[in-house]
Amino acid sequence: MDEKKEYKVIGTRPIRHDGVDKVTGRALYGADVQMAGLLHGRVLRSPHAHARIISIDTSRAEAYPGVKGVVTAADLPEAEDRIADLGEGAVNLKYLCDNILASDKALYKGHAVAAVAATSPHIAEEACQLIDVEYEVLEPVLEVRQAMESDAPLLHDSIRTTSMGETADEPSNVASHIQHKLGDPDKGFEEADITVERDFVTGTVHQGYIEPHNATAQFNQDGHLTIWCSTQGAFTVREQVAEILQYPVSKIKVIPMEIGGGFGGKISVYIKPVAALLAKKTGKPVKVLMSRTDVFEGTGPTPASYIRVKMGATNDGKITAAEAYLAFEAGAYPGSPVGPGAMCIFAPYSIENVVIDGYDVVVNKPKTAPYRAPGAPNAAFGSESVLDEIAEKLGIDPLEIRLLNAAKEGDRRADGPVHPRIGFVETVEAAKSHPHYTAPNGKKHHGRGVASGYWFNIGLESSVTINVNADGTINLIEGSTDIGGTRSSIAMQAAEVLGIPAESVNPSVVDTNSVGYTAVTGGSRTTYATGYAAYEAAQDVKRQMIGRAAKLWEVEEANVQFADGVFSSINGKEEEISFRDLCSHLGQTGGPIVGSGTVNPGGAGGAYATHLVDVAVDEETGKVEILRYTAIQDAGRAIHPSYVEGQIQGGAVQGIGWALNEEYIYNDEGAMTNASFLDYRMPTCLDLPMIDAVIIEVPNPGHPYGVRGVGEVPIVPPLPAIANAIYDAIGVRMTELPMSPDRLLKAMGKI
Amino acid sequence: MARKSHVQTTINGETVEFLCESRQSLLEVLRDELHLTGAKEGCNNGNCGACSVILDGRLVNSCLVLGVETEGKSVETIEGLAEPDQLHPIQNAFLENAALQCGICTPGFIMSAKALLESNPNPTEHEIRYWLAGNLCRCTGYDKIVKAVMDVAKASA
Repeated sequence: MDEKKEYKVIGTRPIRHDGVDKVTGRALYGADVQMAGLLHGRVLRSPHAHARIISIDTSRAEAYPGVKGVVTAADLPEAEDRIADLGEGAVNLKYLCDNILASDKALYKGHAVAAVAATSPHIAEEACQLIDVEYEVLEPVLEVRQAMESDAPLLHDSIRTTSMGETADEPSNVASHIQHKLGDPDKGFEEADITVERDFVTGTVHQGYIEPHNATAQFNQDGHLTIWCSTQGAFTVREQVAEILQYPVSKIKVIPMEIGGGFGGKISVYIKPVAALLAKKTGKPVKVLMSRTDVFEGTGPTPASYIRVKMGATNDGKITAAEAYLAFEAGAYPGSPVGPGAMCIFAPYSIENVVIDGYDVVVNKPKTAPYRAPGAPNAAFGSESVLDEIAEKLGIDPLEIRLLNAAKEGDRRADGPVHPRIGFVETVEAAKSHPHYTAPNGKKHHGRGVASGYWFNIGLESSVTINVNADGTINLIEGSTDIGGTRSSIAMQAAEVLGIPAESVNPSVVDTNSVGYTAVTGGSRTTYATGYAAYEAAQDVKRQMIGRAAKLWEVEEANVQFADGVFSSINGKEEEISFRDLCSHLGQTGGPIVGSGTVNPGGAGGAYATHLVDVAVDEETGKVEILRYTAIQDAGRAIHPSYVEGQIQGGAVQGIGWALNEEYIYNDEGAMTNASFLDYRMPTCLDLPMIDAVIIEVPNPGHPYGVRGVGEVPIVPPLPAIANAIYDAIGVRMTELPMSPDRLLKAMGKI
Repeated sequence: MARKSHVQTTINGETVEFLCESRQSLLEVLRDELHLTGAKEGCNNGNCGACSVILDGRLVNSCLVLGVETEGKSVETIEGLAEPDQLHPIQNAFLENAALQCGICTPGFIMSAKALLESNPNPTEHEIRYWLAGNLCRCTGYDKIVKAVMDVAKASA
């Protein structure tokens, strides 16, 4: 890692490069794609949560004026039952295909069954209603503990529980069981003076990105398929579509349009292969859009869960053992984030004896998808609530008990990895010294809570190309779709290397034919890994430019140095030329300069956050008001502090929504009854105070500038922090999410 | 298929004529018929505010107005806000405050803020939050958006 602390560009707050496009309405998002002859596609979805599809008759829809094509699962190539790695972990292709268009069974209300392309979206919608589907309605199973019962209705005959390398004989809704064990938990609990054990329930929640999914596809006569869409990763779209359609990646070009939020929910494909099938069938470009209801019912939320946590500590606050049981709803197909939940649950602490069991369980709800630190908020709700209770019972300050047990460099996580340099202690120290922590808060039904959280962050592959312009600027070509200002945070790292202003970089996010492979914008990896690739590409440019200066001055390359944007000779000639001036000599010194950088870095470095929150509980209505919120986080190095603050504030507010209001409310038939933004209550600005984002910088040794991912961890602490604050306010431990007014009234014995 | 109606209206100060079906919303007309895609569809039922435009001086969700209703009226959209050589002060304030992340809700927030500041040039933080509660943002936590609008109000005070 670069030890130089003084940076010229890093740590400043330039206007983002795509800013003007986005405040003038000129930025083009996926749904904004227009082209001659464009058809409009809509998807027919199952009205039943669990049903066998007996027959589908599309003839009436096909005959409807304006309809140009109808597709069903019969139009998909037969899927192989095999596992493929498609950019977000291993996926069984049979499940992936069945989730695109249901074949034999509809497994949740909203499951796609057929799709229509027509000359207008209204005609497509009308035609969907003319598709006759005969269902045999089956009993749904909608809750993880019920789904785990041996007599529960089975979603799949093919699923056998895998547990520690063994596969069961009988079918089950439990797809897998994992376990992490460290030390001797039984002995650890024997050593404890106090043990607290509680169980927790969390609801299904959605990422809630404002832009619905969209896809426009065109199939050329020569077999080239082009897809315009909003996605977190153009390359993963290419891979998934290639696998689903059994089509070569070399014939698919994915053009990532601007993306209106993702938070993990725009990695899996849903309508992209459907648009491709319709385009193939009609010979025309087809744009498929989801409605908001489609988004809620037909795309992956993050799971509901049942969690049991037991922790033991000595009277002086040292945690001696911890145990967790995590049962996560995967939705209709296996693949919940119980793995990451199990990795993160006790990761803020150095605990010698730990056992964590995780279960991935299918239920008749949409297949879950990643959502910001997937699995970690559910898990932390349990562990951080139990730790708070231990601190309270021992009479120890909640921040002190965290400091006493804090994980540090060299400590081992229960799932194996040893922590590199991490900044957890620093976040707790900062919380202790923040004026919020010592401000008076003694009113009746007011309470203060604290909680911490961990997310491991990821690296993965990124590619960047830099083309040097004659006027001293550079064009930076990247494959990471920009959801929150990453064009700038990546450009700034290249600018720092080359000693040029951030404004001298023109970053472009391009299609899959125009840049090297780049993994998804997810896992808090983009500023870290694509920024790392930009650093390497800029180093490549710098090396080549040194060669050009040497040529110009007729000296050895070793005699040219570069600092602060100026090349100079160190052989006594005292030549000097700025980066900008040297750029105008490229033609005469050998031609254009193109730099490239590709990475797959391993040192993402974990991120920690500690949050403080003050709440007021309304005794009459049960409503919880957030009075004050402080979110402290180790960013490693904040490249563009405004956008780091933005990630912290946005993550905290998503956590506040999850804690207080957000949930899928199901009826007994398995229908979501609140599939609109009116009834699925995401926070508005009126529900919130300012969020004080405090950036701590403990540089990550795995990045040249010390960057750690910042996007995900801020959603982890709010759930338990607010629960702990509610306890402080009314003396009741809330163990069920969301902590909505009805649950509060019940907890207070009012209803 | 339903016959289309001929509509004449004013959009961003220019007289515009278009054909639309009776069932097409103003949002659909703006986006699909006139290719003014700055107004976004987030929910199509008036809950998110991403499609906010100003109709005869009043802030509306364009998804809840029919295209045919704009006959003889005046519509302001995000595309009409900036001058050829400079951004509107609200647009500048959003950039300077980093008040956007993904940007999908930004045109709606800017139009909503414009309508607020035209009716109340010096709003308090609470008044800003109350007014903007009809616009959903999922990325920012609203902090920097509210600060951007406060900055514009302060500069004009």
